[in-house]
Amino acid sequence: MEIITSILAGVLFATAIYNLLQKQLIRIIIGTALISHGAHILILTMGRLKAGQPPILIEGISNYTDPLPQALILTSIVISFGVTSLLLVLAYRASQENNTDNMEELRGNENE
Amino acid sequence: MSNLAVLPIIIPLISAIILIFFHRKVKLSRVLTKLFSLISLGTAGYITWYVLENGTIILNTGDWIAPYGIILVMDGLAAILVLTTNVIATACAFYAPYAGLEKREIYYFYPFFFFLITGVSGAFITGDLFNLFVFFEVLLMASYGLIVLGGGKVQLRESLKYLLINLFSSMLFVTAVAFLYAVVGTVNMAQIAERVQEVEQQGIITTIGILLFFVFATKAALFPLYYWLPKSYIVPNPVISALFGALLTKVGIYSILRTFSLIFIHKTDLTHDMFIWIAGLSMIFGVIGALSTSNIKLIIAYNIIPAIGFIILGIGVLNPDGISGSIYYLIHDMIIKTALFLLVGVIASVAGTSDLRKMGGLIHYYPSLGWLLFLSGAVLAGLPPFSGFIGKLLLLKGAFEEGEIAIVIIGLLTSLLILYSIVKIFINGFWGDKEAMTHIEKKPINGLLTPIVSLLALSVLLGVGAELFYPHIESIATYLLDPEIYIDSVLKE
Repeated sequence: MEIITSILAGVLFATAIYNLLQKQLIRIIIGTALISHGAHILILTMGRLKAGQPPILIEGISNYTDPLPQALILTSIVISFGVTSLLLVLAYRASQENNTDNMEELRGNENE
Repeated sequence: MSNLAVLPIIIPLISAIILIFFHRKVKLSRVLTKLFSLISLGTAGYITWYVLENGTIILNTGDWIAPYGIILVMDGLAAILVLTTNVIATACAFYAPYAGLEKREIYYFYPFFFFLITGVSGAFITGDLFNLFVFFEVLLMASYGLIVLGGGKVQLRESLKYLLINLFSSMLFVTAVAFLYAVVGTVNMAQIAERVQEVEQQGIITTIGILLFFVFATKAALFPLYYWLPKSYIVPNPVISALFGALLTKVGIYSILRTFSLIFIHKTDLTHDMFIWIAGLSMIFGVIGALSTSNIKLIIAYNIIPAIGFIILGIGVLNPDGISGSIYYLIHDMIIKTALFLLVGVIASVAGTSDLRKMGGLIHYYPSLGWLLFLSGAVLAGLPPFSGFIGKLLLLKGAFEEGEIAIVIIGLLTSLLILYSIVKIFINGFWGDKEAMTHIEKKPINGLLTPIVSLLALSVLLGVGAELFYPHIESIATYLLDPEIYIDSVLKE
């Protein structure tokens, strides 16, 4: 099972990096969303995917799944939510002010 | 007494939250900011004194003992870096009211400022790798807010790139933590360091180490990964650039220093030799950048890169002289970079341009400004009585002991070129005819100069009074070189 999810994470990373290298801004943002999915799946995988009960204390059950990676992922998810929403608003403003959403055109030496 | 360790995080955090409520009352915000930053500075000073007298403070948050809860480790290194951070924050708090922030002060400049300090202090104090990631995000989020504040065309464009590169490296940080968790089964730094020694396949640990190095090198702007830094650091207001230049890259380099003196020390012939190469290349490329431009803000921004190169050189040689040189240079550089960014901000505002080709003869109008720039150039390049000299001397001595002659020569040449890049501002901007700048009106700059003068005085004191500070830094270096002390102090209590 770990092998399959590792491959999935790899595919997510590959598509994310392909999208990050595009010119259109919205594609780049999709790339950042994909890379965070890849990283979160990787944390889950790296905490081992052994079968067990969800980590809620119930009497008589002893085989729980590892709760730590789940807490780490939850933290990381809200952080990347925050950053992604900021990025979307920033991209909206930047493309409006600069009249383009093409990264190739978003450069220049006005401030040199 | 162990609750002292959390105060440098709590005080700025509470200040930021209070200031959110008063964001429309600019005058009150200014007074409160000065007050809070002084309180924070006082606390940091007391903590540093306490730590240097009584040894490391360990705080198990929530009474969970060491590897199970999050721990805060206030050791000598963290304490002096927190103190330096607070010195810089106080200087910036006193500079900000005069910095021409205009409407930005209403739109939550001060809360962002304190959140940035919270993140930086937290990253210095924490003893947990994932918590380090969270504090990195706290300071990065605050920096995203600060860099885009004002919303100019160029600013929006450059902050987009800044945000994207940092988001990418943050996700790699999460990935590296995941790999490390899979190998050693913990995220507590002391326990990682303990278990790494027992791992049988050392190759995977080296790989993870280099992945983490890549993450921190992106944040710290080391040689192949510095391309995002110069332009994005010059677009915001000078006071924001000063905070960034002084704090953000230094958190990255601190993380490298911490992880590569505590955790990844089993294969130093690979990792740490790579650091020496990267140090040399960072120095060369950074200083080439500084010489290539006639924008005074860009010259200072490029000067960050060779400074980071000098610090990583000390980590690379990994002997007592090298490490104490790194720490000394780190503190010196945080202070002098703030002073230089603030100073260049004043120069650009009085001259009405940041292009050197359009300046000249400023010394006739602002003599104090000119001499302050001259002095800070001397401090930055490391002329003998000043603080840059001691740090560089220790670093080059450390490199010399390891037989790295080439890097010593590169370091000395770089220092020369750094001095040239600052003197270039002095010669082109300040010398020359009085008539070159007839269109400028004389503005009052005393309020702006007070924080700069205080920082420079501190910098001179660090150099002249080196005998006062050096014993502490030497003992921190010996402490860093023996990870057992850190592990024992965290886990065996």
